Amino acid sequence: MNGRSPTIWQAMQARGYTRRDFLQFCTVAATLSGIQLSGLGKVVHAFETKSRPPVVWLHFQECTCCSESFIRSSHPIVADILLDYLSLDYTETLQAAAGHQAEKSYHDTITKYPGQYILLVEGSVPMKDDGAYCMIGGRSAEQILREAAKDAAAVIAWGSCASNGCIQSANPNPTNATPIHKIISKPVINVPGCPPIADVMTGVVAHLLVFGRAPELDSQGRPKEFYSRRVHDTCYRRPFYDAGLFVESWDDDAARQGYCLYKMGCRGPTTYNACSVTKWNGGLSYPIQSGHGCIGCSEAGFWDNGPFYQHLPAFPGFGIESTADTIGALAGAAALGGVAAHLVLTNVRKRQLINIDKKAGGVAAPEEKEGGDQ
Amino acid sequence: MAQKVQSMAGVRAQPRIHAYDRVYVWELPVRNYHWINVLCLMFLIPTGYIIGNPQAVFSANEPYQQYWFGIVRFTHFASGMVFFFNFLFRIYWGFVGNRFAKWNNYILMKKAQWRKLIEVFSVDILQLKLTRPMGRGHNPLAALSYFVFFLISMFQAATGLALYASMSSWWFPKLFTWIVPLMGGDMAVRQWHHMAMWGSIIFIVFHVYIVFYHDYVEGRGTTSGMISGWEFERKEDE
Repeated sequence: MNGRSPTIWQAMQARGYTRRDFLQFCTVAATLSGIQLSGLGKVVHAFETKSRPPVVWLHFQECTCCSESFIRSSHPIVADILLDYLSLDYTETLQAAAGHQAEKSYHDTITKYPGQYILLVEGSVPMKDDGAYCMIGGRSAEQILREAAKDAAAVIAWGSCASNGCIQSANPNPTNATPIHKIISKPVINVPGCPPIADVMTGVVAHLLVFGRAPELDSQGRPKEFYSRRVHDTCYRRPFYDAGLFVESWDDDAARQGYCLYKMGCRGPTTYNACSVTKWNGGLSYPIQSGHGCIGCSEAGFWDNGPFYQHLPAFPGFGIESTADTIGALAGAAALGGVAAHLVLTNVRKRQLINIDKKAGGVAAPEEKEGGDQ
Repeated sequence: MAQKVQSMAGVRAQPRIHAYDRVYVWELPVRNYHWINVLCLMFLIPTGYIIGNPQAVFSANEPYQQYWFGIVRFTHFASGMVFFFNFLFRIYWGFVGNRFAKWNNYILMKKAQWRKLIEVFSVDILQLKLTRPMGRGHNPLAALSYFVFFLISMFQAATGLALYASMSSWWFPKLFTWIVPLMGGDMAVRQWHHMAMWGSIIFIVFHVYIVFYHDYVEGRGTTSGMISGWEFERKEDE
């Protein structure tokens, strides 16, 4: 990695790709980052002139499902280019180097290319007990993250762990697992999902490469091009929802008909992701298409919003079966009971007060009526 | 006066006829707010509950021939909008309305209001004492309950609009999207919105009952007051 590194086009040529392959790659990358055809020239130009940015891919508290997802990107050429030519200088899962060699590679990258390398972080960072729950090379995840993020050109949080804590931060969060945007002060591109969709991951990286800056983000730091709509809004079962046709149990006729899974606890209406558009495994399917509701894996705290097969989450402190409705109905019944008791109390305690005027009315009424009954 | 009625409530009290003054308390905008609110809640609560827990419908019709759930949702959103702007209007009227409609009835800031609140609580709720001097307009306990209901209204409007924002291209609901990450996602907002619905149901139970109670015990036309605007005051109370 000494001297000026080759451009992506040069790197592709060296690998034996043709110009046609290169243009195909550019087209796919442009499509993934939401650029229309007229902007293709820009993309081609970017990949012809820009050198491959060095990449450091850190793994903290995670299960590596994000990496697994990424290498299954449905456009092999994109994955190939991004993975092979992105110059992945350090990633625990895929690097050839080990031990001191790997550490050296990491240090070389962050010292030689300050302000140039892209930092990809997979996994949350434990903040409790000085981060003793995730140590790499004798240093805590927090120390490594702070050091690596300092001079990074861009920071991407891969997956729900890095974006919102995911299962490690689920109640009671024993290690105080923390998403990275709460630790570093730099803007972080959050790409939540457990794992995120491979094509979304490559799309985000492609956007960074083409434009040299982060895509437009929403208030939660997620790229708007992939996370601005709910899974529900683009779901092919949505017409059943509007028609009020719902699956009532997993083995009923409605399930066979492919009705909406809303009542089975589908989190589609509260989950922002591109699943029902991009789908998974090369556009093959996505959970709802396979007959299972969305579990909302790209939403913050989704593990604590369970059970997954219940529309309303369990009400905290009242057992897993009780929802806001159970508690509400009980409180409503208590209110009615209180009111009924008060009614009885009033009639006992204030009876004379009420009756006294009743008697007066009884005495006075005939006289009153004679004069004023018109 | 309290002593007088106290003794009336005794065994030897003499029945007598009361003379009443008719007092204008609730202005038309206040009454409008009240009844529009009632109407909105009559739509909002059932539709909201159905949205959270739709009925199982079995139909031989094709899905494209049906839209009942869409209509339920539309009704909820439309009445929610009316509810919200009606509420905004009421806040405005809390500054320009008559003294019974003013905001300082609802936010109890004077010691006298709190003293009165304790008195109302002991006479009307616990009934430790039988009577208390009557004032015009809301008593502080009622006013406090309306203030809590205003808070619930505000909360429902804000969380409802935040949830609605993702289904709308209008800029207005998007002003509320900051609530979503604050509460920890749409799922949490939905949960809170649901719980606050139960809060307003419980408010309605207490409110309707206590209005009937006042009318029954005090005979001052509390219920009809919200229709006509006029309430009745015993001459001897003045």
